Amino acid sequence: MPKKTPLFEIHKKLGAKIIEFGPWLMPVYYTSVIEEHNTVRNRVGLFDVSHMGEFTIKGKDALVFVQRLITNDTSHLDNNQALYTPICNDKGTIIDDLLVYKFSDERFMLVVNASNIEKDYKWIEEIARRFGKDIVLKDISDETSLLALQGPKSQEILQKVTNLDLSQIKYYWFQEGTVEGSQAIISRTGYTGEDGLEIYIKPEYAPKVWNRILEIGKEEGIKPIGLGARDTLRLECAMLLYGNDIDETKTPLETNIAWAVKFNQEDFIGKEALLKQKEEGVKQRLVGFELIERGIPRHNYPILKDGKRIGIVTSGSFSPTLKKGIGLGYVKADFTKEGTKIQIQIREEPVKARIVKTPFYKRKNA
Amino acid sequence: MKIPKELKYAKTHEWIRVEKEMGTVGITDYAQEQLTDVVFVELPQIGKVVSKGEAVAVVESVKSVSDIYAPVSGEVLEVNKELENKPGLINEEPYGKGWIFKIKIKNPKELDFLLSAEEYEKSIKAEEK
Repeated sequence: MPKKTPLFEIHKKLGAKIIEFGPWLMPVYYTSVIEEHNTVRNRVGLFDVSHMGEFTIKGKDALVFVQRLITNDTSHLDNNQALYTPICNDKGTIIDDLLVYKFSDERFMLVVNASNIEKDYKWIEEIARRFGKDIVLKDISDETSLLALQGPKSQEILQKVTNLDLSQIKYYWFQEGTVEGSQAIISRTGYTGEDGLEIYIKPEYAPKVWNRILEIGKEEGIKPIGLGARDTLRLECAMLLYGNDIDETKTPLETNIAWAVKFNQEDFIGKEALLKQKEEGVKQRLVGFELIERGIPRHNYPILKDGKRIGIVTSGSFSPTLKKGIGLGYVKADFTKEGTKIQIQIREEPVKARIVKTPFYKRKNA
Repeated sequence: MKIPKELKYAKTHEWIRVEKEMGTVGITDYAQEQLTDVVFVELPQIGKVVSKGEAVAVVESVKSVSDIYAPVSGEVLEVNKELENKPGLINEEPYGKGWIFKIKIKNPKELDFLLSAEEYEKSIKAEEK
């Protein structure tokens, strides 16, 4: 049986085109990807991302345990702060990328990719066994819905239905409060490159909150946004998509999230392997590129240099903001320099492209 | 959704307008609605000889890549160059300014295998079920 979020029937009524996303039935767009994309960039959009997974880690050793598990460093985090991090296996390759929410030294929440919920859970259990830590891991995905309100008008709209002072929640911080009278966690996070807030709420309240936000956002031109625009929005900001750009064949050092590996941490899973790779140097690296000629790069298209294959596209699309083909991909380490002329092989034809600095798009006043 | 009576249709959602031995080909209103924003069109070479059912052009939306098939065999005589700069014409006027290529029809008998407007409508209703 395909899985549905509590908003599935609402999406259908809104005219969404529904696709299978792993085991989930999710809206890919309601009207058009480009229209929805531009709405988030210029005004505000509401996403149902309830398929994402949430785990809690509680107990006396929670802080030390999370530190072991992730490559990033939580030691400097305050309560109510969130952190982006990969988690790696012993080989240093990426099991998942996720957000860590710190409530206290003894209470954390991890927000993981929908497609990795079971795999992550098993992995975290194994690590707990390995280190015999005093922690309790719980998968709360089925009792947690997630709405993302993204775009310059997000705060103004959400402020009307929450008891929290949203102006006090800084980027990558969160608070517990209420939305429409129901308990919620609100964080200033997102996957779009715009200012925005994410709302964790019990599934039974999700329809009420969803409808209310769309209603009060009407004047500001709010729209529901599907996974199609979510993908183009994140790609313009060079944010990685697990399963496309990263997986268990890649290490964080080969990507643009190498900053989230903190070797000053005493110990973490994958540290030894990653240190070794750092010393030896990476053989391939993730780069961003734009097409100079007409065309749209897609996942798995070959990347060429003077006709010879030097890499592969992992994400590619038409960029609604830049109005050209953009993409991310891995190339041999000798070819990563900005401005390097490359070709993307599109249906047998090499199409001219060049390596550019990422993100492709950065919002003003960010 | 528009399905003009005077055109012939392929199950793969191309239409053809026949004038003597020449056919103008595009994709249907239904197809453009399914694709949504068309952002790239790859046109065939003029003079290319194609067989019925062969992929001739490519239409890409933000999310998808779709082949456009020749509804009949023949030689490509003309392509709609305007689509290179304005691919969105396919969404705006699928039966008008959004035409894709013109083909010199090799064997008019092949037209008999295409669908009428009525039959095409039935076929997309069946597809939706």
